[in-house]
Amino acid sequence: MINKKVNNVQEALEGVKSKMTFMLGGFGLCGIPENAISELVKLDVREVTCISNNAGVDDFGLGLLLQNKQIKKMISSYVGENDEFERQMLSGELEVELTPQGTLAEKCRAAQAGFPAFYTPAGYGTEVAEGKETREFDGKMFVLEPAFKADFAFVKAWKGDAAGNLVFKGTSRNFNPNMCGAATITVAEVEEMVEVGELDPNNVHIPGIFVQRIFQGKNYEKRIEQRTIRQRD
Amino acid sequence: MALDKIGIAKRIAQEVQDGFYVNLGIGIPTLVANYVRDNIEVEFQSENGVLGMGPFPFDGEEDADIINAGKQTITTMPGASFFDSSMSFAMIRGKHVDLTILGAMEVSENGDIANWKIPGKMVKGMGGAMDLVASAENIIVAMMHSNKRGESKILKKCSLPLTGVGCVTKVVTNLAFLEVKDNAFHLLERAPGVSVEEIRQATEGTLVVNGEIPEMSI
Repeated sequence: MINKKVNNVQEALEGVKSKMTFMLGGFGLCGIPENAISELVKLDVREVTCISNNAGVDDFGLGLLLQNKQIKKMISSYVGENDEFERQMLSGELEVELTPQGTLAEKCRAAQAGFPAFYTPAGYGTEVAEGKETREFDGKMFVLEPAFKADFAFVKAWKGDAAGNLVFKGTSRNFNPNMCGAATITVAEVEEMVEVGELDPNNVHIPGIFVQRIFQGKNYEKRIEQRTIRQRD
Repeated sequence: MALDKIGIAKRIAQEVQDGFYVNLGIGIPTLVANYVRDNIEVEFQSENGVLGMGPFPFDGEEDADIINAGKQTITTMPGASFFDSSMSFAMIRGKHVDLTILGAMEVSENGDIANWKIPGKMVKGMGGAMDLVASAENIIVAMMHSNKRGESKILKKCSLPLTGVGCVTKVVTNLAFLEVKDNAFHLLERAPGVSVEEIRQATEGTLVVNGEIPEMSI
């Protein structure tokens, strides 16, 4: 077993610097690497580029880095629900690259899997495709999209072990598995670190080879953005 | 009388067939799930990573790790599955999802759709909409026929930045059920009590009316 376990978030984020590009898992606030985000705020790294489907809310998730004006550029598919984000974007302080959600996921997966680029139909004929190579396959038009390049990927899993194996829960899986191994260093934080051998190899979602550092996260808030319930009859 | 949002959702629900995998967008499309016939088997996909979505949870049973693409807490049905974003869009891009229902700000007679950006005013992003419309072969748009100022949203050409080109096949509005083909909106049904003339008035794009147009049965 190759040991990927580090003692805490400080060790896990060693080498993080200003002007780097980060990938961060999560959909809305579901499955975001809460511990890594808090530490990025503490480290006060500046002018960073963040690849993340969303940008958090004003006072949580990536919204914390935005409040602190640490982000130079966001690459996302949907950025509603965040007033500070909108203010920085409209004032030109923040550069924003909006990318279709499936393309965003695949640009991560392509980096993980060693593909330099891929063709997708998403965005053809729209401003997303402007300046990009297009090509026809079987009578349909596609847009060439390059794989992402990033320095660190920060992901959050439900369970993990020192070998770096990860298991996700529910829809908090989202972009997290696609970002593992898609950056130079992948840092996984887990709700529950289990003993090596405890995870059934049949049910490992991400094999440890894609993870460089893993640590036991703490104080998870796991905020719900839209608590929606139905009445009992 | 023109339909309200629930009326639009009810009419679209009639288009959902037994054995369909369906992706529902945010807004009116989400309501469609409530009106699908009980005697058919349908599975709802949410692009954040769940197939077999169930109703909202009861108070106290919500789980922060189980949400839909609108970030609402949900439950799952027996037989449901979770997956990552790349696989979710493999289902969509790979045409494994049978029907996509989504909202729009504008549609045009050649099937273009705009629903993600109002330059200078609103830029929330496209989310999964561009992937959905570029791949799905069966797309129903749920929308109001006109905006609040009374201007038609059923157009010759979209004025807003596009989400996709030549992709919309059907549109259900508060006034009409339209099929988009041959560069025109073909009127299939009228909302209850709405005349062909009213629909013609509210439609800027080319409207084709062939013979008697039946009223929707909701």
